[in-house]
Amino acid sequence: MALRRRLTTIRRMITRKRLAAGAWALLAALVAGLAAPAPATAADGPAAKEPPKVELVLDVSGSMRTRDIDGQSRMAAAKQAFNEVLDAVPEDVELGIRTLGADYPGEDRERGCKDTRQLYPVGPLDRTEAKTAVATLAPTGWTPIGPALLGAADDLAGGDATRRIVLITDGEDTCAPLDPCEVARDIAAKGIHLVIDTLGLVPDAKTRAQLRCIAEATGGTYTSVQHTEELSGRVSQLVERAADPVVTPVPLEGAARCADAPVLTPGLYTDREAFGEHRWYRVDVRPGQELRASVSIAADRPVERDYGVLMRAVTVHGREIVRGSEAGDGRTDLISTGLRYPKAPSDDDVEASAAEVVCLQVSNSFSAAPGVTSEPGLPLELTVDVVDAPDEAADVASFGLGRGWWLLGLLVVVGFAAGLLWGWVSRWRVAVWRTN
Amino acid sequence: MRITRILAAGALAAAALLGAAPGAVAESPSPSSSDGTATEGGGPTEAGTTFRTATPVRQGQLATANASSGDYLYWVFTADAGQRPTVRATVTLPESAARHGASTWRIDVYDGLRRRQPCMYGMQSRAAGAEASSVDLACTLRPVRSLADPWEGDPLPGSYYVRLTVTALPEEDLGLPVRAEMEAVSKEVGGAYAVDGALAEPLVPGVSAKEQRNEERAGLEVSTGWWSDRWLWTGAGAVLAALAGVGGYVLTRGTGRPARVPPGA
Repeated sequence: MALRRRLTTIRRMITRKRLAAGAWALLAALVAGLAAPAPATAADGPAAKEPPKVELVLDVSGSMRTRDIDGQSRMAAAKQAFNEVLDAVPEDVELGIRTLGADYPGEDRERGCKDTRQLYPVGPLDRTEAKTAVATLAPTGWTPIGPALLGAADDLAGGDATRRIVLITDGEDTCAPLDPCEVARDIAAKGIHLVIDTLGLVPDAKTRAQLRCIAEATGGTYTSVQHTEELSGRVSQLVERAADPVVTPVPLEGAARCADAPVLTPGLYTDREAFGEHRWYRVDVRPGQELRASVSIAADRPVERDYGVLMRAVTVHGREIVRGSEAGDGRTDLISTGLRYPKAPSDDDVEASAAEVVCLQVSNSFSAAPGVTSEPGLPLELTVDVVDAPDEAADVASFGLGRGWWLLGLLVVVGFAAGLLWGWVSRWRVAVWRTN
Repeated sequence: MRITRILAAGALAAAALLGAAPGAVAESPSPSSSDGTATEGGGPTEAGTTFRTATPVRQGQLATANASSGDYLYWVFTADAGQRPTVRATVTLPESAARHGASTWRIDVYDGLRRRQPCMYGMQSRAAGAEASSVDLACTLRPVRSLADPWEGDPLPGSYYVRLTVTALPEEDLGLPVRAEMEAVSKEVGGAYAVDGALAEPLVPGVSAKEQRNEERAGLEVSTGWWSDRWLWTGAGAVLAALAGVGGYVLTRGTGRPARVPPGA
């Protein structure tokens, strides 16, 4: 092992020398002419995975009768948009449709607030069947957004596909105390990578605030819809977005101290970190390797204006090696930072070449806005890479080479002086020899 | 592998030599052609919503996206050592009748480690008045170096994430449709920023992981890492020194015989 490492070191030294020799080969290259460096080939997409799942959640409450979208009722606009979207759904997406407020027209709040059902099950899409199902809908009941979201999350459960809920509604939830925003945050906290995008049809201030909150809690987007084509365009875009391949992070739980911390291999992880909490992780780094870690903490709820994140790489003995920190203010989705720790190659014995345990401490300085719950913690995303250590710099300048007119001037002066000196010395020697 | 690298670099050197007039050994700030010469308008038409889903875009490619105001739009491009990337973005706002006031837009650039990179020049953030129809943003990063101390945040070869978002707007204007355009181009800064050492792998997330996040690597040409115009400067210096040395030597020889040698010796 040590031998191999030493060989590598020697090879690196040789490479350097050879590179220097490459400069001499420059003339040869001049003759050889131009040969463009081969560009990196574009890589293929990730391997086939489970098909992504999307559920469209449509509000069919009584208020959808209002005729204020391009002169037609909200319901008609939604139906038209659904038809267009269903035609454009990519082949590999499993799509389902859930309604809320479609069935119970009565006044009983308790019953009205349970009124959500799956109109079309999540699975391979039969466009005609789905369209027929949508065509039967008529604006009817209450607006139980929270229960509908819970139902949709259940519909999408299972497997490790990417999941997305697209919520289309024209009014705020009428079924307090179950706050749909809290529901969304709970769903997100389950660690099933479910994103909720919300669309408000001609929304008022309260609806907007609620839909925004739902979207923010799951890393989704909020759109305000005034026209039919906006609705179909946006929903299609969201459905297609679900079809984009994306790496799903591995959920894990960091510890309160390094000794108990989970050991991470290179990869992508998610965790939750409460306001002011510290989370520890561990990574093994061998000599001659470089640790790269980056972290981002998302603000999935209203937070105070100023915030920050700090990640420190610490030895097991508590010495800080390197840190990454970032602070910011104002509107944001997340704050992120990263660090690099190249560990020098060890020169000799096997013991020294054993892996070093590097503790990573992640802390944040977010604070919750008034009236905002602090549970569960903020979503945290951690990427860890371990690669070969860099070719360390032996000098500030590339290969210690010089540059600029001062360098040229100096070399000319010194060269000239050396020539003079050499000339005088040789003349003096010739003179001495001749006289003797 | 090594040899092809050296040959390729040699060819680059040759190109630099051929392209440079004899006197122009100095600064050669030719605009970057930077490989990413995809067809105009052939860029991606969607943007990602987080680092993980950032849409890869090549330098010089115009990326567009339809979005709702309030969305966070992410793109990722790659930059190599010796380049100084500039990110430009234009946001086309909804018609002013639909809006309720001024909004402030902003681009942030993060490196492959998700560290925010400061802008040397450019309007990174700009307020659009209630009547404005679009807003232009720009951010010029520091030159990318081949290696930096771990304690420094210098830009390194690898991925660069661009985040475009609105930072302030009236509550009523959230979620309205906007159209965004983004383009990243680089200027070659030359050997003045050529430092010693090189990363073993570019700063691209997931390079060591088994999972495929290669779409982000797609745009990164392999950096040869050792070529800079410092070789020319130093070589030219050596030649000049040699010439000056010969000159100095010849000067001491004089034209005829040494004065002190007696005639007939």
